[in-house]
Amino acid sequence: MRRALTVLNALGLMLVVFSSSYILPIMTSLIYRDDTLEDFLLAMLWTAGTGLLMWILTRRYKGELSIRHGYLLVVAMWTAMPAVATFPLLLVIDGLSFTHAYFETMSGITTTGATVLTGLDSLPPAINLWRHELNWIGGMGIIVLAVAVLPLLGIGGRQLFKAETPGPMKESALTPRITETARSLWLVYAGITLACIVSLKLVGMTWFDAVCHAFAAMGLGGFSTHDASVGYFNSPAIEFVLIVFMLIAAMNFATHYLAWRGKSLRIYLHDAEAVATVTLILGSCVGVGLFLWWQGTYPSFWTALRYASFNLVSMATDCGFASADFNKWPTFAPMWMLLLSCIAVSSGSTGGGIKMIRTLVLVKQAGREFLKLLHPSAVNPMKIGGQVVANNIVFAVLGFIFLYFMSIATMTFALLISGLDFISSFSAVIACINNAGPGLGVVGPASNFGVLTDFQVWVCTAAMLIGRLEIFTVLILFTPAFWKR
Amino acid sequence: MKILILGAGQVGSTVAENLVGEANDITVVDSDGDKLRLLQDRLDLRTLTGNAAHPSTLERAGIADTDMLLAVTQSDEVNLVACKLASTLYNTPTRIARIRTVDYLKREELFSKENFCVDFSICPEQILTEYITKLIEFPEALQVLEFAEGKVSLVAVRAFEGGLLVGKPLSYLRTHMPQVKARVAAIFRHDRAIMPEGTTIVQDGDEIFFIAASDNIRRVLKEMRRMDKPAKRVMIVGGGNIGRRLAKALERDYHVKIIEINKKACQKMAEELSNTLVLNGDGTDEKLMQQENINEVDVFCALTNDDENNIMSALLAKQGGARKVLALINRSAYVDLVQGGKIDIALSPAQVTIGSLLAYVRQGDVAAVHSLRRGAAEALELVAHGDRESSLVVGRPISEINLPEGTTIGALVRGETVIMGHHDMVIEAEDHVIVFVVDKKMVKKVEKLFQVSLGFF
Repeated sequence: MRRALTVLNALGLMLVVFSSSYILPIMTSLIYRDDTLEDFLLAMLWTAGTGLLMWILTRRYKGELSIRHGYLLVVAMWTAMPAVATFPLLLVIDGLSFTHAYFETMSGITTTGATVLTGLDSLPPAINLWRHELNWIGGMGIIVLAVAVLPLLGIGGRQLFKAETPGPMKESALTPRITETARSLWLVYAGITLACIVSLKLVGMTWFDAVCHAFAAMGLGGFSTHDASVGYFNSPAIEFVLIVFMLIAAMNFATHYLAWRGKSLRIYLHDAEAVATVTLILGSCVGVGLFLWWQGTYPSFWTALRYASFNLVSMATDCGFASADFNKWPTFAPMWMLLLSCIAVSSGSTGGGIKMIRTLVLVKQAGREFLKLLHPSAVNPMKIGGQVVANNIVFAVLGFIFLYFMSIATMTFALLISGLDFISSFSAVIACINNAGPGLGVVGPASNFGVLTDFQVWVCTAAMLIGRLEIFTVLILFTPAFWKR
Repeated sequence: MKILILGAGQVGSTVAENLVGEANDITVVDSDGDKLRLLQDRLDLRTLTGNAAHPSTLERAGIADTDMLLAVTQSDEVNLVACKLASTLYNTPTRIARIRTVDYLKREELFSKENFCVDFSICPEQILTEYITKLIEFPEALQVLEFAEGKVSLVAVRAFEGGLLVGKPLSYLRTHMPQVKARVAAIFRHDRAIMPEGTTIVQDGDEIFFIAASDNIRRVLKEMRRMDKPAKRVMIVGGGNIGRRLAKALERDYHVKIIEINKKACQKMAEELSNTLVLNGDGTDEKLMQQENINEVDVFCALTNDDENNIMSALLAKQGGARKVLALINRSAYVDLVQGGKIDIALSPAQVTIGSLLAYVRQGDVAAVHSLRRGAAEALELVAHGDRESSLVVGRPISEINLPEGTTIGALVRGETVIMGHHDMVIEAEDHVIVFVVDKKMVKKVEKLFQVSLGFF
């Protein structure tokens, strides 16, 4: 119990910090005069007030955070933050249930991009910006922001980073100090976002749309200000710019940082994961493009390539924009895109799923098993990009994969029991656990998650959270050992 | 010449042994007194126990009037410091250090006058690796040695039935393929040297040394024996310094398997090598060899630091069907015992590496020295200086030069061109002359021949 209170203390402080993110929608509201100013001010006050109250009530328990605190805090933050973020949605949109509002904000903060709202085009601009800002903040992890800020407030932060940053390459710190690392990563993130905003403006978006879509693209969230998503613009130039920035966001930001600091693009070639990610995705674009052309879905190869590329990159990077209803494509194409959404993005990016590094580890492990059968005495350490991967990491990855598939199976069954059809259940769980966005069937790109029952929405919400926090972080809280002294 | 050798290990003692025979004053320093006593019992030299990187030790060893310092201890660091001390404190004219660490070797500026003052660095493992690599490239050859930066090679090969030249006189070589630059320098028949004449008939089983431009090696080899397919699969036993380097050098062009008994060493090697199959096991385990298809192996190299193990595993490999086996053997008695039997090539690391040191010790301008037939014969690359007045070789055709008995001039390298040593060829100044000496005793005379008389200065 004490542990929970210590975490609540830190969480309260975090919420106070989080309330400052209302400044952007408040400014939007001032510019567009969309009558949401009061609601956002109120939401900001409520958020700050809740945080302050938590902080004051538990201040006796303030203390140094241990690793166990770290896990608890991470999960607490990723459940509390979407909860307080629902305030403006509930205030502004009439008739929105908390279940749907919570799904929406969770989808924002976990950068999933699935939505239950319809009529996005007619929403007040401030609300749309708020949704997109959640994408952006969620993108790199609110926690990394916290890591950069919290230590200044006298609270240790390294264990948080360990729990938060995805993938097995956690230990390779870029700078000696964690705060410094977090700040560098954010700087890179913000810099690329700025470049994305300007590029989108140059190819024809309004400033508002450019900001919103850049936020969604960099966070690999995939929210849009239009019901038709990116299909609304019907512009190859916009699609191309988004493809480029989605691919950038699907690479490890540490690599971006190193490349920026070393002023060399060669760094990317040394990152085996980035190379694999880009090769796999671009290769698939051409393959699926050819397939759609051959199937006659699109009359010319170039049209097929255009739609295949944008939707495939969007799904594979777990972003979730759509420019066509790929649900109606021949089954192979959407299934392949769903598979890519599980494996393709790099660790340290804003995407979700298994991550390319784990995929590489698994593929190499399979190769090692074959070699072991052929040459029983062979000594064959696993190497990725010339770096040796220790065996305990391989085991951790295998454990992760097991939990990942078990989670998918369990939640798919839960949806099936509730009466949803198989394709919709399966694809909804996959799209949510990978933080990709649209699924297939009734939750396909042309419709949204609003058609689901409350129970089904909560299952999908849980899937987003579990997927975003790399499964272990969430499930560890349900082990009795975690709560033992 | 007064020579100070630091380190009485494998390299140090072999060098000492070779140099004592050539009338030099040798002092050997080592921290291990027992090793020195062994050496002193055998050879006529002075020994001193102490730390080779301490000025006091060097002083007691008489560094003040030493002509050449050979720092060949186990430790690169000691060798570097010793060279620096010798240069700074005692002005020793020539300083040679054995440097094994690639990290140091990569940065040549470390060896300059301003830094560690190393005139010449040798890395026995590297020399050996290059030597074996050549043998794998030409699996038919017994020895492949390079001169003049690789422009000319001296190749030893055993003639076998099926070679085009076998059973024919040597002059046939010239008429048969006049455009190929090659010349037979010596023939050993039943371990006795025969001076090659145009009329000499090549017999089955002859050990033939020929000199050829490096591009022509394969064509000449074809004259001497039936050619096998080029090697593709290489198996190495022993993942020490040499085995690892060799695997690294070969792994891009060959299928390499390496067997090492130490699990930790295996792990380290597997991390370092990218395209080699590292096997953990005993190099004398015939079951493991069979499992790894020893009968398909083209070249098998036993390179552990244990002579007996190397011999046994090479014999097992040959029995198991490996096409060509070579064993690294340190003890010279074993080398004589084994060579030419079932084991195709017995490699003596000392003999292979000594040449690069000898070139520095010799009188006259010697660019390269290679020991042949376990040190009994020698091939030298000498640079001719002076003119017809001051030199005994420059300005004269080869037939006029008063070469000692058992000596042939195989080839000349003039600038970039390779010229075969025919009777009427006139030697010019700055030519690199490749001389083959059947009997090592004649080496001194050859060196004298190439020395410029005082009038030159």
